[in-house]
Amino acid sequence: MADKLLKPKELIDRIGYQPPQTDWMDTPIDIRKGMYCYASNPKSVANLGFPNARPWNPTEPDWKLPENWQQIIHDGFKERLERFRSFKVFMDICVRCGACADKCHYFIGTGDPKNMPVLRAELLRSVYRNDFTRMGKLLGKANGARPLTLDVLKEWWYYLFQCSECRRCSLFCPYGIDTAEITMMGRELLNLVGLNIDWIATPVSNCYMNGNHLGIQPHAFKDMLDFFVDDIEERTGVRVKPEYMKKGADILFITPSGDVFADPGTYTAMGYLMLFHYLKEKYGLEVTWSTYASEGGNFGFFTSHETMKRLNAKMYAEAKRLGVKWILGGECGHMWRVINQYMDTMNGPADFLDVPVNPITGTRFEQARSTKMVHIVEFTADLIRNRKLDLTPARNDYLKVTYHDSCNPSRGMGFFDEPRYVIQNVCNHFYDMPASTIREQTFCCGSGAGLNAGENMELRMSGGMPRANAVKHVRDAHGVNMLACICAIDRAALPALMDYWLPGVQVAGTHELVANALNLPGQNDRATNLRGDDLEELKAQAEGETDE
Amino acid sequence: MAEALVSLIHKKRSAIIAKWFDSTVHAYAPDTAAFLKSQQDQFANPVGSSTRKGIETLLDQLMGDMNGEAIAASLDPIMRIRAVQSLSPAQATAFIFALKQVLRDMFDKQLQDPGMARQFFEFAARIDRVCLAAFEIYVGCREQVFELKANEMRNRTFRAFKRAGLVAEPAGEEPQD
Repeated sequence: MADKLLKPKELIDRIGYQPPQTDWMDTPIDIRKGMYCYASNPKSVANLGFPNARPWNPTEPDWKLPENWQQIIHDGFKERLERFRSFKVFMDICVRCGACADKCHYFIGTGDPKNMPVLRAELLRSVYRNDFTRMGKLLGKANGARPLTLDVLKEWWYYLFQCSECRRCSLFCPYGIDTAEITMMGRELLNLVGLNIDWIATPVSNCYMNGNHLGIQPHAFKDMLDFFVDDIEERTGVRVKPEYMKKGADILFITPSGDVFADPGTYTAMGYLMLFHYLKEKYGLEVTWSTYASEGGNFGFFTSHETMKRLNAKMYAEAKRLGVKWILGGECGHMWRVINQYMDTMNGPADFLDVPVNPITGTRFEQARSTKMVHIVEFTADLIRNRKLDLTPARNDYLKVTYHDSCNPSRGMGFFDEPRYVIQNVCNHFYDMPASTIREQTFCCGSGAGLNAGENMELRMSGGMPRANAVKHVRDAHGVNMLACICAIDRAALPALMDYWLPGVQVAGTHELVANALNLPGQNDRATNLRGDDLEELKAQAEGETDE
Repeated sequence: MAEALVSLIHKKRSAIIAKWFDSTVHAYAPDTAAFLKSQQDQFANPVGSSTRKGIETLLDQLMGDMNGEAIAASLDPIMRIRAVQSLSPAQATAFIFALKQVLRDMFDKQLQDPGMARQFFEFAARIDRVCLAAFEIYVGCREQVFELKANEMRNRTFRAFKRAGLVAEPAGEEPQD
């Protein structure tokens, strides 16, 4: 897009139909509006005690870096190579076979070669060779080495925040190089000189100060849940009673705060409330919420290992304080990568908690033996499998549902069948997208790893395009009108993606669908869904569309 | 309409599409263009596949009855992706004009004939119309992106305020028609 009004002569001179044909190292960085997120608010950076808190603007030449920034990055790089064996191996072993090159949704969607995972990693590797390998020092550019200049640093910032750490590329790497871990290291290094984005730094600061990314204070958190209680009563005739910080409850429930504040996640939160009410009425299970540990997500994960550890710690601190048996986690994506891959060596093992057992079914969740945290979809799948829920899937008959595997639960914990099992038990019409776009090969929503801001909408729409393209396939073939997911970022990001690519396809958390099918003791005739839409009308509308 | 030229184009349809597709993907960097051309799977390469499909129908429409809906339907997927990539408006729409060059190169000899040249001008005018349609779709998509940005911002704040009872609705009854 034209960023300023140009004179006719300037306009004609600048028109070129083709991009530069230069080698990637010689192609200068062009920071485009819509592709980057705003720089972090200095107050948030200061709150967290991170270095170089100051206002700065990526489109200005001066990024207000500390004078010795090159030394800081060099030292940080060295320290991480020594600390993380995986990082050192990933820097050394790539043979540039190209298997990953066309697997990234950002490359496929933006068409920018620097979004090929191999090139994104090369941004760091070129500096690694220059600073830390003999061949790189001797041969320089001929060996793919280059010094860390200001332009190179800017390129790091621009492209490391065009990676959603989804790990689709690593699935295809014959060496198993985890490019997401390279991005994570790169972001850590950028943070050392105060280069972050506000969509990450401010949620991290909020979470650190108030317990959740949105900065919702305890009373407001409770207020929001109270609104849901009213809405549930209006729609089902049943008044549910959530527990807060109840000492000695069976289970502590922690979900992303997005579910509490942002539609359509709010309907998923209503779904949790209804499920817990049902389980309490029927089986006496006590689940408690916490306004302190009120964030399941962990944007620290997109910042640095230390920050991730800091934010993760409160879940366990709260579980210990309340004396619950184990922790149930809500529908979240990256939360599960933190729990499954990092928690145990960061803040674990959580010896003071029990190995999670579902007291209603007796199922022992062996996979959570060490972390003591169970995903709510695993929990619900177990309840359904043991016929513990009273369900009327026909209430969802106006829906034709497909399921978006969130990157982190699918590739980070091998979580494929439980969500499908739950959806197929609460909805009668389910259609999977093509095999190369789901399960471990799932395409990212285009907004993960802290990139679901508004200002980078072009990046989100182009990066989400491969996902939307697969949804289009099932919409055209089967009339799919609902995209279900188990991640709060998906619930925030996918509605805009659908509006742009496939207007009319809605987005829902899986527990919204569960709750619409769930029969509560003493309920009314359930004439509407949780969104307050009349079921008869929706059904007539859906039948009309099928007739066409 | 330019019948002789159309029948020439018809005979060389697949060669023209291949060349047109080539120049279309050259709006991207060489590595990207190579990928867009080589990967045939529509899910692994949605941009290449919808672009190829789009220009095929466009060529047929240019040779046929120029149905507005069909033209918009084939342009939309191409322009929708170009509107969110780092392309200038000129780069995003230039591929339509590229068809003129493809035809000129391919039928250089035939176009020496004045009658055929006249037909080419007629055909080129159709290409111009398609380009204008493409530009309309491009701008529509850009507007939609801005709307999405604005709506996300509004929904995030306004709805929370409303739920918290901080928004006052106008008093009184709705006007009757």
